[in-house]
Amino acid sequence: MSEHHEPLPVNRKLFTPGVWVLLLLTFIGVCFAAWRFAFGLSSVTNLDHQHPWGLWIAFDVATGVALAAGGFTTSALVHIFHREHYHAVIRPALLTAMLGYTFVGIGLMVDLGRYYNIWHPAMPWMWSPNSALFEVGMCVMLYLTVLYLEFIPIVCERAMNDKRWPTLGRIGMSLHGILGKIMPLLIIAGVVLSCAHQSSLGNLMVLTPTKVHPLWWTPIMTILFLLSAIAVGFPMVIFEGLYAAWAMKLKPEMHILSKLAKYIPVVLGIYLGFKIGDMVIRGSYVYLTEGSVQSTMFIVEVLFGVTLPFVMLLSAKVRNTPRWLFLACLLVVLGVALNRINVFLVAFQPLYPVKSYFPAIGEFAVTIGLVSLLMFLYRVIVTYFPVITHPGRMRTA
Amino acid sequence: MSVNRRDFLKTVGLATVGGTMGGLSAAPARASHGPVISDKLMGVLVDIPRCIGCRRCEFACQEAARFDPPPVETFEDKSVFMEKRRPHPRSHTVINQYPNPKDQTQPLYNKFNCLHCVDPACMSACLVSAFSKQPDGPVVYDKSRCMGCRYCLVACPFEIPTYDYDMPLTPQVRKCNLCAHLVPSQQPVPACVKICPEEVLTYGKRSDLLELAHEKIRNERDANGDPVYIDHVYGEHEAGGTSWLWLSSVPFDEVGFKHFGHQAPPRLTEKIQHAEFKYFIPPLMWYGLLGAAMWLTKPDKRTPPVSDQH
Repeated sequence: MSEHHEPLPVNRKLFTPGVWVLLLLTFIGVCFAAWRFAFGLSSVTNLDHQHPWGLWIAFDVATGVALAAGGFTTSALVHIFHREHYHAVIRPALLTAMLGYTFVGIGLMVDLGRYYNIWHPAMPWMWSPNSALFEVGMCVMLYLTVLYLEFIPIVCERAMNDKRWPTLGRIGMSLHGILGKIMPLLIIAGVVLSCAHQSSLGNLMVLTPTKVHPLWWTPIMTILFLLSAIAVGFPMVIFEGLYAAWAMKLKPEMHILSKLAKYIPVVLGIYLGFKIGDMVIRGSYVYLTEGSVQSTMFIVEVLFGVTLPFVMLLSAKVRNTPRWLFLACLLVVLGVALNRINVFLVAFQPLYPVKSYFPAIGEFAVTIGLVSLLMFLYRVIVTYFPVITHPGRMRTA
Repeated sequence: MSVNRRDFLKTVGLATVGGTMGGLSAAPARASHGPVISDKLMGVLVDIPRCIGCRRCEFACQEAARFDPPPVETFEDKSVFMEKRRPHPRSHTVINQYPNPKDQTQPLYNKFNCLHCVDPACMSACLVSAFSKQPDGPVVYDKSRCMGCRYCLVACPFEIPTYDYDMPLTPQVRKCNLCAHLVPSQQPVPACVKICPEEVLTYGKRSDLLELAHEKIRNERDANGDPVYIDHVYGEHEAGGTSWLWLSSVPFDEVGFKHFGHQAPPRLTEKIQHAEFKYFIPPLMWYGLLGAAMWLTKPDKRTPPVSDQH
């Protein structure tokens, strides 16, 4: 007999002490962002002419996009390849992707010098199809639309079930119906768009071979970014599932999450193969023994962020124990985050530096504030909308 | 109808081959070359050994850009040479001083500004086409399109563009535009070229300047009869070739220049971008493949679903 669980709003108190901490961190971030808009980037950041991209691009944008990849990977698994066993993780993954990309957009608005022109890439007379960044911008814009369209049915369900607002319920029902019909088209579009921009993000730094350390620079950065984004999708979903269950005192859905974990070493293995193969072919392994910050960070990234979780997740014991599963998945998440930070910051060595770059307090504050706001909104949405599926709680007919 | 693995692989295989054939036949076999070198392409030849470090070019540049520089006499201050300067938002060109191994008493000076690449990385990088290469050479920036993403700063191999980080509302990317904004009939040459008292800078057709440069390399001799210039014109091939060209009496890395390969950086990234997206063929192909997968792997509704282990 197969159980048929329904996603439901989570019946937990929203304003816990932890949530108040998130709100405080958000407030601090907003203050620094406001200062940036009032007085310019130099008042809040350590960016300079030789270091035009800093923490906000490396983490808020690049890492943010990578870690939101759980949306399209789970979508492909369940909706395209029909592995219905994992259905329960679709909505949390979608929510993460939707919130994640929204915050990439907000983070970008804070970093852009002329943020009020952010709509320019959408105008045909300004299109620049030779630019990898153009492709990233367009696909992220389109994908964000697809994500919101995929999420609307969840909002509609809530409206449909709420007796207090019958008109909203009727609108919800018809919207739900329309979107349901085109959902397969949107889902496939989501996967294609995601693969497109994840790989183009890698192509960004290919344009500047002289400024990126040879341990990372390769013409196949496109492929490496795509593979690592796919690799981090399920770990992110599992990490979130376990963390949310712990934070909201729910039972973690191990029968789904540990089976999901089986796919991870396959992708990690392929990624590792490409990464090491590329190093051998280009001969960049000579830099491993450099003893520099760069070589150390590279070793940390590949050893602890890829190889260790790869080995761990091959073990059924790890996959079936929440604590070890959490750790292994966290390692992959941190490993991919570290990779993006390495490529855009650590490996970035201008030829004419005037001073070295390290993010300013304001840059950390805005980044932490954005992440806190994202976590807060995640909690709000799962509290009021049917996103999380609880084992053992079945909807009565 | 249940689908077995063989049928699935057959269908997917056919779809892939068919899609690729369609894609290959639709796309003409032509690589993207980037901007073509026009016959009208102008440039500037810099004769490093002639420069005396008077910095009047810096003054002229700031004046031409309407940055209201201090009086030209202040530019004679040699103490600025104690550090290596880079262009900054209110100074599109800077002179730096270097020791001269051939003559300790006469240091060398080099001039740093936008090289106006033949195949500019900034232009390829910009996602809103804010940079354009004019046929006569200048790489010009249009601030009205700019979003301030600063990818151009990341892309430039020579690290030339600068940014108004201190301006909250209307920051711009700043760099030399070869005085393209000055009316050519009133000022036919860039301001720095015009003011130079030592004829360090020569403005002319790039092809003529290259000829002149190689002729100087071949013919000019110093008091000992040795060649004055090393046999290399910087900018002839570096990063795909630049409109600004340099002659030097010492290796270029001793006067602040870096070694670059001959390929213009955009050739590689554009090749990759086009392979992934040309005419949208590859994305559409993937869309079709995934659609086929979605349809073909659909579980048979008549057979009961495999029960999960609890």
